Amino acid sequence: MSQPTTYALSARVMHWAMALLLLSMIFAGLAMVQSLQPWHLTLLGLHKSFGVIALLAVIVRLIIRLRNATPALPDSIPAMQKRIAHASHWLLYAAMFAMPLSGYFMQNAAGRPVAVFDWFTLPALLPESLPLYGFFREMHALVAWALIALLLIHIAAALHHGLVKRDGVLQSMTGRKQKQQ
Amino acid sequence: MLKQKPSALPLRYAIILGAVGGLGALIFAVAGGLGQSAVTAQDFVDLQEGGNPHLGFRRAHAKGFCIAGEFVSNGSLQPFSTAPMFAASSTPFVGRISIAGNNPTAPDLNAPVRSLALSLGEGANRWQTAMNTPPVMAVVTPEAFYEQLQALSPDPETGERNPERIRAFFAEHPETQTFRNWQAGYTPSNSFATEIYHSINAFYLINENGERQAVRWAAMPTVNNGEPLNSDDTNALQNEFFNRVESAPVAFDLTFTFASGADDETNPTVLWPSERRNMIAGQIVVQKAVPEGEGNCNNINFDPLILPTGMAATADPILRARSAAYAESYRRRAREHLLQQAPENN
Repeated sequence: MSQPTTYALSARVMHWAMALLLLSMIFAGLAMVQSLQPWHLTLLGLHKSFGVIALLAVIVRLIIRLRNATPALPDSIPAMQKRIAHASHWLLYAAMFAMPLSGYFMQNAAGRPVAVFDWFTLPALLPESLPLYGFFREMHALVAWALIALLLIHIAAALHHGLVKRDGVLQSMTGRKQKQQ
Repeated sequence: MLKQKPSALPLRYAIILGAVGGLGALIFAVAGGLGQSAVTAQDFVDLQEGGNPHLGFRRAHAKGFCIAGEFVSNGSLQPFSTAPMFAASSTPFVGRISIAGNNPTAPDLNAPVRSLALSLGEGANRWQTAMNTPPVMAVVTPEAFYEQLQALSPDPETGERNPERIRAFFAEHPETQTFRNWQAGYTPSNSFATEIYHSINAFYLINENGERQAVRWAAMPTVNNGEPLNSDDTNALQNEFFNRVESAPVAFDLTFTFASGADDETNPTVLWPSERRNMIAGQIVVQKAVPEGEGNCNNINFDPLILPTGMAATADPILRARSAAYAESYRRRAREHLLQQAPENN
């Protein structure tokens, strides 16, 4: 029994940093597609740059996740619910990859550069194509709404564990030590 | 596990509901326009569609054709910009010549505005410009531009423009005067090759020392006006241009006008005085013109904010707004192409 009670520190840091990043990106994305204000261009540039950072971050995070032991869910949780919990985590990973990739590909298909701040510009991997742009642009929006739904469920479930069940599941990610019975 | 007082449970559930419900409500509100000013990109494109979108086509400047050729730079802008296409060299371009309006089958000769759009260079060095026949915008802000489009659009009941509404709009917006003067003095030419196409908005050139110079540019014709066209031909201008390019390339001088410290580069309604410095950067040479379905310009969203290193956008609010509205139009027609709702040859 070497299973830890909390996630590794690196995993926790990535979790909370990405939580902040993803929420910021969601709000920025939803606002900028409507805005005609001068800050639109600035926000679009930031959204692209941080999107590339989010892609790198989720790759690092997946490696950390695969290389470290994860805390087990408590036995009080029914097997079915455990399976749902695991599935929701992998869906979150899928969405965290699909968001930046669909964003990158839609820019490729539109023939628009993806510049990361003023540092460098990513190469275009796809040809310019209107239907391809249509596909990835709609994907970007659909996956965003799926991600929003998953995040809300995730937060609700985490708070339920932390405030109602108080079974240590929330603490496995906040890192706060549990009092031993 | 810690024991908890049962009485605390409703409060805990309320906290969860409040946190998740609050965040969810905020996301929905922002998606629905919370924090946006009165007019959004979607409102704009809705207005341009006029409730009757031509599926698969651009919502503005729907009718046009593809061109290709090269920009032959003479190198004179090199001290002012690090953009590679301004070195003495040739850069191939893909472009589009179009007329204003949302109708892809509108008669060429009725359009009030004609346009020349170009896309040249790759990646971080791509430069796109969408130039129009008027030298200035009528208004300064996207909100006022929206009002202008509203005032100019036909009354849904009569199908006609309402001259009173148009008069009222211009009366409320004295900044439109320069535009109206241009309109009054403008005679459409007999060829797309003999129009002047203006950048309208100003941009910055940036040189290797990081110095910025505000400029506007225009594509100036190099040939004389042609014969009068057959007004029964709805594609009169398009056919004339195709014939012309078939016999010889069509060239425009790309002329840059430099702002002085006295000019406000963020105001697209004001013409700069004629004594401002002008510089010919090179020639736009159109070597090929083909219908939209056969060219590769239909893929391109001619967003004027796609700028190479060595150029930058000014804070001009109309310029900034063009990008967001173009993106919404591009999204809609791309979706229609994806779902194959667009007609074959477009």
